[in-house]
This record gives sequence, C-alpha cells and structure tokens, in this order.
Amino acid sequence: MNRGNVIQFYLDSRSGVAPYLQLVHQVRRAIRLGFLSAGDQLPTVHDVVTRLAINPNTVLKAYKELERDGLVGARQGVGTFVAKTLSDASVAAHGPLREDLKRWLAKARQAGLDEESIEALIWDTFRSVSGQGVA
Amino acid sequence: MTAVLEAAGLGKRFGRRAALSDCTLTIPPGKVVGLVGPNGAGKTTLLQLAVGLLAPTSGTITVLGARPAVNAAQLGRVGFVAQDAPTYARFTVADYLRLGAHMNPAWDNELALSRIEALGLDLGQRAGSLSGGERAQLALTVAIAKRPELLVLDEPVSSLDPLARREFLQALMGVVSRDSVSVVLSSHLVADLERVCDYLIVLVSSRVQVAGEVDDLLAAHHRLIGPRRAERSLPANQLVIEADHTDKQSTLLVRAEDPILDPAWTVEPVSVEDLVLAYMGRAAAAKRGRRNGLEVQR
Repeated sequence: MNRGNVIQFYLDSRSGVAPYLQLVHQVRRAIRLGFLSAGDQLPTVHDVVTRLAINPNTVLKAYKELERDGLVGARQGVGTFVAKTLSDASVAAHGPLREDLKRWLAKARQAGLDEESIEALIWDTFRSVSGQGVA
Repeated sequence: MTAVLEAAGLGKRFGRRAALSDCTLTIPPGKVVGLVGPNGAGKTTLLQLAVGLLAPTSGTITVLGARPAVNAAQLGRVGFVAQDAPTYARFTVADYLRLGAHMNPAWDNELALSRIEALGLDLGQRAGSLSGGERAQLALTVAIAKRPELLVLDEPVSSLDPLARREFLQALMGVVSRDSVSVVLSSHLVADLERVCDYLIVLVSSRVQVAGEVDDLLAAHHRLIGPRRAERSLPANQLVIEADHTDKQSTLLVRAEDPILDPAWTVEPVSVEDLVLAYMGRAAAAKRGRRNGLEVQR
C-alpha cells in the first residue's frame, strides 16, 4: 500500500558523518521507532536531491545499502518502499523504557552532570555492556 | 565509456604567466565534478579550454571524445555557463530563449518555458533587472534547454546569497537526476561543492594538486594524532599533506591507500573541506618556499 512519503530527510553538514550514511541512519531509525512500516514509500531520488541539493548518487547509494540490508525494496519505475517492519511487538515497550530514561536523566542532572557528561556516560556504559553481551 | 574530459600535459600561458601547467586528468562520465581552488588558480582557464573558448599552449584536451568546439555538433553537446552570465543586461528573458533556439538544433523550448514559469520569471523582463539568483537560474535554463551531455559552470553560485545558492544547486541536482548529464562546476568555496560533487579536482597555482572520486579520496586520507614525531619517520606509503606540531603532539593529514596500523596514532576520518584546505595549504606553502620547521613535500 502506498501512503505517500512519510519521511523527510535532513542533513547535518557539521556532523562529520557521510551524507549517504545520514540518510541510511534516518531510515533505519524511523523503521526502528515505528514511524516507517512495510509498504511506506521513500521519497524519490529526484525529490530528495531537489530538496537537499545533494548529488543523486548519494541518495542512490543510501537506498542501495538499505536494499542490501533487506529494509527496503525498489519497484522498477514506481519507487522505493519499506520492506520490513522492525518494531512490531517491541515498539510497545518504548513508552515505559522512555519514562525510565527520563527519570534516569533527571537523576543525572540532579547529580550535576552536564549534557556532554551524560552523553559520554551513556555511550561508555552502552559500549562496555554491549561488549560484554557479545563476549 | 568515453571520458567526459581527458587532458594530457595540458597547459596555457598568457605571455610569460602560466595560467595552467601540465594538467593531466581523466574524468569519467556521469559525475558532478567540483573544481576547487583559490581565485587566480586557473579554474576559469581550464573550463574555457574545455569549452573551446581558449586554445591550449601545450598538451591536449578532449571533451566527450572530441576536440572542444571542433564543430557545431560538439558545441551542442556541451552547455556552458560563464562567470556572471548572462552577459547582456538589455536582453529580455524571451530574447535569451530565442537566441538559444537559434543557436542550438536540439533546443527544447518546452523545457525552457516550463522552467521560466516555475521560476516565476516574466518573458519580457530584461536580464539586467533580474536578481542575482534569477540571472543564474536563467543562464542554467538556457544551458540545459540545449540538452547537453555535459554542463560546464564557472563559479555559478559564488556571487549568490545563501538562499539563491541553495535554490540553484537544488535545480542543478534536479537536472542531474532527471537527465543524467555530467557536470563540471568551479568554486573557490568548498562548502558550495561538498554536498553536490562526487568527483573533486583541487587546482592551486595553475597546477592540479589532487583529483579523484570523493569517496575514494576520503577513504585514502586520514588525520593522525599522536605523540610528536618527525614526518620523515613515517612509512613511505604515507604521504604527509599537512602537518601541525606542538611540543608534545603531532597532527598530520596523510594520504595512504593502506590502513594505518601504527598504534601510536589516533586515526580520524577527514571531511572534503579538510582535504581541500590541506592541499591548498600545501600548495601555498610550496609557493612561498617556506621551510622553517615544516617539511614541504611535493
């Protein structure tokens, strides 16, 4: 089913992340958070380049990578569509988890951490925990 | 496939001054090529050689497999927007379209008219009364309505305000995605080109400093940060483009096709802007012949 474009891309030119990867991340994130689901159409290459003033190959490269990962599928002459819904059941858990995070963030602020320290702490913990998970 | 532009030992002198020296390039088709360099580097000279407005003093150049401007057919295959085009302030928008139609057998008047309408321009308006952004868009319209295989644009956005600049590049990328035309555009501002180009040529002091696919260039350049160390102690396959030393630390921008394995370095990726500025800085330093503490590599 075609519900039209449901995602608007943006680029952060100061992030240091390659533009095509920024597009990939935005689609992945939107699918993961349930904003995009199977059947949703991604904007056409022409739409994206005339909006963001970027090279068409950048968009093609992003879409190809998403296709390779099985997240989207191209239909010849029609467009590129989301092929998978990642969120399903887990998306229901987002609400309570978000509340937990908010409480934790409030606690961190109370303890005197600024945004940068909070971010650093989250990433550091995330890395060490997911490192253990793998090992 | 035929290269869009092929130059071998290409040079152009104006009297005793070398505007372009020993330029050897092969640009594959289907690219948006950014030609970057400071003012006076030779960008306009290279572009005018490509469209046949200038003849080389030495070396050869072919565009789409033929000599530039060799005949009417070749002229029709290349669309050119000169710096500060359109030139005739008293010409109306309609005059420009008529001129384009007369000079180009493959002229697509429907395309021209639909673009003029989309831009909100009045056919009776004189070019001199248009805003900078509108003038640039008119010049682009005339260049693409001849349905070229290659568009050559000399500093198309440098004199525009940020909004007009964005709108121009949006229009240009729209053309590229629809008509699969190759583009070569110059600018002295890297930021203009960073998003739109997938091929880069850095030209400084009449010489090409580096050229290649943006992805390849980014993959082959790294910023190394580590304890202070002499540049000549690096492996031979790591070419130092830019170096910065404090008492304790060295920060280098190097070109290396192979991975950097030395654990003493923190290796970080570089941006297009880092890369361009490093090559520009190196060329400027070489020109000044500066050698105090900083080894200039050629």
